Amino acid sequence: MKPEDYSRRQLELAGWPVTIETYKLGEVYHCTIANVDPGARFARADGASREEAERLAIEKATRHLAQTRRFPVS
Amino acid sequence: MDANTVPKVLVTTEWVDSHATDAGVRIVEVDVDTAAYDQGHVAGAAGWNWTTELCDTLVRDIVPMRKLEELLGNTGIDNKTAIILYGDNNNWFAAWAFWQLKIYGHEDVRIMDGGRKKWLAEGRDLSTEKPKFAGATYKASGPDLSLRAVLPEVQTVVQKKSAALVDVRSPQDFTGEILAPPGLPETCQRGGHIPGATSIPWAKACNEDGTFKSYDELKSLYGAAGVTPEKPVIAYCRIGERSSHTWFVLKYLLGFQNVKNYDGSWTEWGNLVGAAVERP
Repeated sequence: MKPEDYSRRQLELAGWPVTIETYKLGEVYHCTIANVDPGARFARADGASREEAERLAIEKATRHLAQTRRFPVS
Repeated sequence: MDANTVPKVLVTTEWVDSHATDAGVRIVEVDVDTAAYDQGHVAGAAGWNWTTELCDTLVRDIVPMRKLEELLGNTGIDNKTAIILYGDNNNWFAAWAFWQLKIYGHEDVRIMDGGRKKWLAEGRDLSTEKPKFAGATYKASGPDLSLRAVLPEVQTVVQKKSAALVDVRSPQDFTGEILAPPGLPETCQRGGHIPGATSIPWAKACNEDGTFKSYDELKSLYGAAGVTPEKPVIAYCRIGERSSHTWFVLKYLLGFQNVKNYDGSWTEWGNLVGAAVERP
């Protein structure tokens, strides 16, 4: 099968830059979110539409990112 | 060694598209996100799970030899098979698998340049079918532990400055601003880096499309940081997979003879009681 409706873009969530990648395979939209640095995928979701898959993935990603602590660097 | 004599260990997405089902070739996807394979993969590709199949699940260690032999045999791979690895995140765990296959002596193993990212961006076919393979017999050799650094060696290097230590994590990891990549669980008690290490994030070796930079670009990148073939090199990251990516670049794309992956990495060093830590 050919993946359809592929997109890859950057946005900021909870103060962190992330990359969101979405494509449709068959009848399912797959969305994954990765931090920009180092580029690790840490949230994903599937949905019947792009909007649904991305909304669910963004919700998960935002929850995960809220756990990331920053420490002062002298 | 120069750009013309480095081993041929990369294949293009076009090559994979044309040769994925050739006799004697096995395509294998290895992802950070172990569910990525199920979201569509190269038709005919096997999927290996790094958390269960490419490690010892009892002791923290690389995959035991017998377990690897079984995995390869079950994937229809014998000692002469050309194994073509690819994965997400610009091939992090493809490089991790490559490193372990070399430790156990597999001769023909290559990486699909650009990995899953490039394959998807090019709109190439994906399959959700899990192929079944006729079993094969595999006999591993080694292990070649000259490719791997373990804690006592790294401690000696820190004391004697006898090798270049390359920290391939992000600058924020290196300085101790964060204890884990954004969105991932913290897995260490202290932030910072191993004393004497140089920060060269793994991603600097890649182009935007996920492919590796050219020989000249890579030579310049590492050379500018004082990482040259004349001195032994040890690469590390958080759990050893990103550093296997850098290990691959140094050893197989630049031809360094003495380069090791410290897979204990920061999850070992950053949790050691009494270990010296440098910041920023």
